[in-house]
Amino acid sequence: MADKISTRSVTTTTQEKSVEEEERKLEREFRATPKLNKSPLHGLWALTNRDLVKWYKNPIQLIISLVQPVVWLGLFGKALNFGSFISSSVPPAQQQAVYLHFFGVTDYFSFLSAGMLSFIILFTAAFAGMSVVWDRRFGFMNKALSTPVGRGAIVTGKVLQSVIRSLIQAAIVLVIAILFGMNTSHLSVLTVAGSFSILFLMSFGLSSLFVMLALRSSDWQTQMAIINLLNLPLLFASNALLPVTIMPGWLQNVVRVNPVSYANDAVRQMLLGSTQQLAPLWADFSVLIGFAMVLGALGIVLSWKLLSK
Amino acid sequence: MSSQESVSVKESSQRPIMVEVENLSKSFGQLKAVEGVSFEIKEGEIFGFLGPNGAGKSTTINMLTTLLKPSGGTAEIAGIDIHKHPNEVRRNVGVVPQEYTADEDLTGLQNIILCGDLYGIPRSNSKPHAQELLKLVELEDAANRKVSTYSGGMRRRLELACGLINYPRLLFLDEPTLGLDVQTRAAVWGYIRMLKEEYHMTLFLTTHYLEEADSLCDRIAIIDHGHIVKIGTPAELKENVGGDVITIGVAEVEPDISGDIAKIPLVKDVKKNGNQYRIKAEIGEEASIQVIDTVRSKGLHVRTIALTKPTLDEAYLELTGRTLREEETNRQQMFSQRVTMMKARR
Repeated sequence: MADKISTRSVTTTTQEKSVEEEERKLEREFRATPKLNKSPLHGLWALTNRDLVKWYKNPIQLIISLVQPVVWLGLFGKALNFGSFISSSVPPAQQQAVYLHFFGVTDYFSFLSAGMLSFIILFTAAFAGMSVVWDRRFGFMNKALSTPVGRGAIVTGKVLQSVIRSLIQAAIVLVIAILFGMNTSHLSVLTVAGSFSILFLMSFGLSSLFVMLALRSSDWQTQMAIINLLNLPLLFASNALLPVTIMPGWLQNVVRVNPVSYANDAVRQMLLGSTQQLAPLWADFSVLIGFAMVLGALGIVLSWKLLSK
Repeated sequence: MSSQESVSVKESSQRPIMVEVENLSKSFGQLKAVEGVSFEIKEGEIFGFLGPNGAGKSTTINMLTTLLKPSGGTAEIAGIDIHKHPNEVRRNVGVVPQEYTADEDLTGLQNIILCGDLYGIPRSNSKPHAQELLKLVELEDAANRKVSTYSGGMRRRLELACGLINYPRLLFLDEPTLGLDVQTRAAVWGYIRMLKEEYHMTLFLTTHYLEEADSLCDRIAIIDHGHIVKIGTPAELKENVGGDVITIGVAEVEPDISGDIAKIPLVKDVKKNGNQYRIKAEIGEEASIQVIDTVRSKGLHVRTIALTKPTLDEAYLELTGRTLREEETNRQQMFSQRVTMMKARR
């Protein structure tokens, strides 16, 4: 390093140096006036992409996050062999009628597969808040806040990366479910697209919720507690694992205010042609559009208030 | 005296003011972190905040960089009000935070470009500029390596480069050399001086290292318990201690000329010890010449003379009543400092 500097100073005369300096100054001034993008959305994709790059550069994280739904599908889905409750002397047509009555489909595995799509979305969205906590802890949040990037863009970036990740994981879970024997008779481009638009809305709403809860927190233990507190009730007090019709009346009322139930209901109606429904398809969509819009807007409004103390 | 005053007034009016802070304060619940701080920073100046941990240095920087909303008072940066136009302030200043904030999983170059994106700088501009900045901080060879492989000094330099991506007129540096070894610290000081001299940038830094404040800053504000105790050039702060010490050795032990030396206006105190006089004086450089003149005018001969300047340590002690101490801070701050130190030593 030292010789480099000395040789440079020997070879350049003072005159050359001043010319060089002048050039550098001009270049600097020329570049010093870039036309800045001042739209409130600038930086949104940069922030989203930052988290996505971290995710796909680390495939172990993806694999581990997929293990859980696969275990549920493989062990829970196959273990709950409801067919064994029905005497084998009952003719198959009547067996199917019993299944259709409770589950709306002819086998439990398909019923659970649809539930697993919302399961993976719920669990991915829950951790959207964690990356906010880490960014705060390691100072990246303060760096972002000291730039003119929109406060809303910071929050929306966190939500978007979670939405994109959760939808990709849901797609992988769907493929695995089909390989494991999910009923594919209703599968088409339209039903898959419809299902994923419902999952998008659910993911957007849930991710906004968890990001919002993490906005002020820099403590990951608290955040973990919040995740556990919300995740399991949202899962069990929904129709993800079991049909709502077999639940006691009070629980049915809880299930009916849980947006996850409407996502499951819509996915089952579209993807599996379920005959049992919680609400008509248009109502499912309305509930989830409302859910995503309200929580998304709330997240942006709160980010203006909470991100600076 | 009056001519000196008019000169300083003229000088300050010629140099535009970059930062003007008036009565800025911030309280967190009961705790008053900053209480009515007022100061000015002129363009092209290196201004330092010196004080112990928890004195309110970072809180003040965070208010000026619009991360925290002040509880009271006003501040203008380059004539822009931090309350009314926070985004304009953000576009005009660069921030080098205390922590290492670069994303470990991205490369150095990607990190700088990400910063550029956050400022809304088009990639066509930010890409070449990022390369320039990496060259400036001598990281061009490591540009495409993940930050997780960087050493502490490299990370600090990367933070510096990130803080410069938006061509700031004013750069905030929060504890720029925290946890760095002596060599890297000297390198960072070199960059800071270069930014002032070559790029005519205004710099505002906080530190709790006395030698850092002393050697880098044009002016220092000593801050303690949320108050500015004193503002001045390092020399002025030291003079505050009670002056320089001149030790003069005279060939002749008799006669005693202490009384004559004491008559010099700059001299405060004289003590004779054999053929040596220990003289406390205000401006040592000027006073020593006058002392020599006095000695010679009495027909005596000067053998030795020494001038010792008070250190900033003593000034600090005098002003705050204690040496710089490590004070306990809150958990989050401790954590982030630990992370910073840990990465710095890697």
